[in-house]
Amino acid sequence: MSMHDIAIAAACLCLAAIPLAPKAHAQAQTHYGFGAPASPRDLASFFAIPANGSGLPPGSGTAAEGAKVYADNCSACHGDHLEGNPAKGIGGDKLIGGRGTLATATPVKTVESYWPYATTLFDYVKRAMPFSSPGSLSDDQVYSVVAYILSQAKIVKPTEVMNAISLPKVEMPNRNGFEPDPRPELELYH
Amino acid sequence: MQNVSVIYDGKSQRMADQMVRTEAQLIAQRKLQEQDCDCKDGMFPRSASTNRRKFLFAAGSAAGIASSTAAFGQKAPPGAVGYDVPTDPTKVQGRPIGEDGGYGSRSQFETEVRERFPTANAYTSWSFTPLQNMVGNITASGLHFERDHNGIPTINPSQHMLFVHGMVEAPKKFTMADLKRFPSVTRRHFIECSGNGLTEWNKPTLKTVQGTHGLLSTSEWTGVPFAAIAREVGLQEGGTWVLAEGSDAAVMTRSIPLEKMLKDALLVYGQNGEAIRPEQGYPLRLLLPGYEGNTNIKWLRRLEVSDKPFMTREETSKYTDLMANGKARQFTLDMEAKSVITFPSGDMKLPGPGFYNITGLAWSGRGRVQAVDVSTDAGMTWYPARIESVAEPMCTVRFGFPWIWDGKPAVLQSRCTDETGYIQPTLQQLIAIRGDNGPFGSIYHLNAIQSWGVAGDGSVTNVHA
Repeated sequence: MSMHDIAIAAACLCLAAIPLAPKAHAQAQTHYGFGAPASPRDLASFFAIPANGSGLPPGSGTAAEGAKVYADNCSACHGDHLEGNPAKGIGGDKLIGGRGTLATATPVKTVESYWPYATTLFDYVKRAMPFSSPGSLSDDQVYSVVAYILSQAKIVKPTEVMNAISLPKVEMPNRNGFEPDPRPELELYH
Repeated sequence: MQNVSVIYDGKSQRMADQMVRTEAQLIAQRKLQEQDCDCKDGMFPRSASTNRRKFLFAAGSAAGIASSTAAFGQKAPPGAVGYDVPTDPTKVQGRPIGEDGGYGSRSQFETEVRERFPTANAYTSWSFTPLQNMVGNITASGLHFERDHNGIPTINPSQHMLFVHGMVEAPKKFTMADLKRFPSVTRRHFIECSGNGLTEWNKPTLKTVQGTHGLLSTSEWTGVPFAAIAREVGLQEGGTWVLAEGSDAAVMTRSIPLEKMLKDALLVYGQNGEAIRPEQGYPLRLLLPGYEGNTNIKWLRRLEVSDKPFMTREETSKYTDLMANGKARQFTLDMEAKSVITFPSGDMKLPGPGFYNITGLAWSGRGRVQAVDVSTDAGMTWYPARIESVAEPMCTVRFGFPWIWDGKPAVLQSRCTDETGYIQPTLQQLIAIRGDNGPFGSIYHLNAIQSWGVAGDGSVTNVHA
């Protein structure tokens, strides 16, 4: 049974409880009809950027521009050198460093060492940062600060322009560091 | 299987250390209150900032006077209203009906509260359900554990919309009123954070069951199956994942397999007979029975059908399980079979030898609980526990086991078997699979058997046995 068939079967079960329509309606009702069409305009402000970069907005930025964006908006929580800030009331993550530590007893998980996709960084900064005024950066500012972080992490060159074309092509160091869930571990079925 | 290990990073270690200190402070506070209390319960540590002697004193001096919080002088526990306590409630009138404005509160003598894990920033933090005080199978809505990534939003339900779009025939938007017009279903399910027990991998760390297992709660949820909504919008061929997005300041996103969404996902607006609480996602949350807590997106505003996962921050840099070989497991969504004894549990003290009804909770993210066994000798012998509630899919059961303590040291354990035949592992078994060569282990998905040591003096502590 395909996923689509399952959907229809499940929905049919719900509909089975509806009393039959009068004979005059030869066509059975197949939808409740609740809700309204969502127009492209309704959906325009939403985004979620997968690894292939689809949905990345127009605009661009470089590390040089990003340095200022970072200093103004990010350094208070993430540190002047992207080293993080565990202080009470702040608790900003360390953003760079830790390369080569994942297989050791003291792994350091950062954008540089752990994050598999640069698109995730763009999505997350645009979505949820700065922490105290989320969603306040322009797309150019997000591209810039992403370029700055990736540049400080020595993943891109300081001069590289980040935009909808270049960002999905960035090769993150831990790109191949993830594997699907292997559970259940069969030895736990005695 | 390859012997790999799972490791805490430095930040997790700092947080765990801080939690140990915080818990120690809370316990010290409790002990102070107990010393000042002439109504000691003995086995159950009181967990919040009330003081019964002051209550009783106030009552004695104010007997017969109409209830008044002003005369009370003592702050009532959260969720309660403080009233004067008459020496004999049969000799004075009680409170007039309706004085509470029409919405009741708990007794001023019930003091258990959620405790927050001391992350540096209180806007991204979590709080634990006081399992040691809970009775029955359902968690009181006000004590359901929380995990918020940038605070709890205030949302006017008349302004709230759910958008369903992506690989669908007809993108639609639904008001809360629209969603409530669909036939609803009501089901009991647990939600457990996959970080539950993160401090307990390498050594017994926290003292109470609230700290070790309190990121688990069970509610009766009411809402609409996603399958019904999928029928309304029509699914296009090729869709395999659905992005769920919240309307909080973190704009939380997770990618959910479409198969799961169609199988049993609910869009819920009801919790335990009323609207879901703001901390739980008011007015609408995604409920994915048996999946790790973070995927149950709160304040749900958007579902986007896609042919691939979106690789959001929460499913790449967080909620992935780093093994010792440097590889991380991703989309580890199922919460596996687990159980814990809630009485007696850590930081309690048994007053002396005699009869005790051991009780606790068992659950599985893969189906019903099939059986629960209890051991009082560190797992050498097991006896079937009595299941005290109906076993339902992806729902906790309350279990009980009658025990006569002979006054000698004992180690109490419980073990859950679910309907797939999976048996809850010992910590040694789990470490044999996930590895033990790191001091900091993968913080997620610890479902090992919990041990409580009972000493000869009756004191109960968290132990690894």
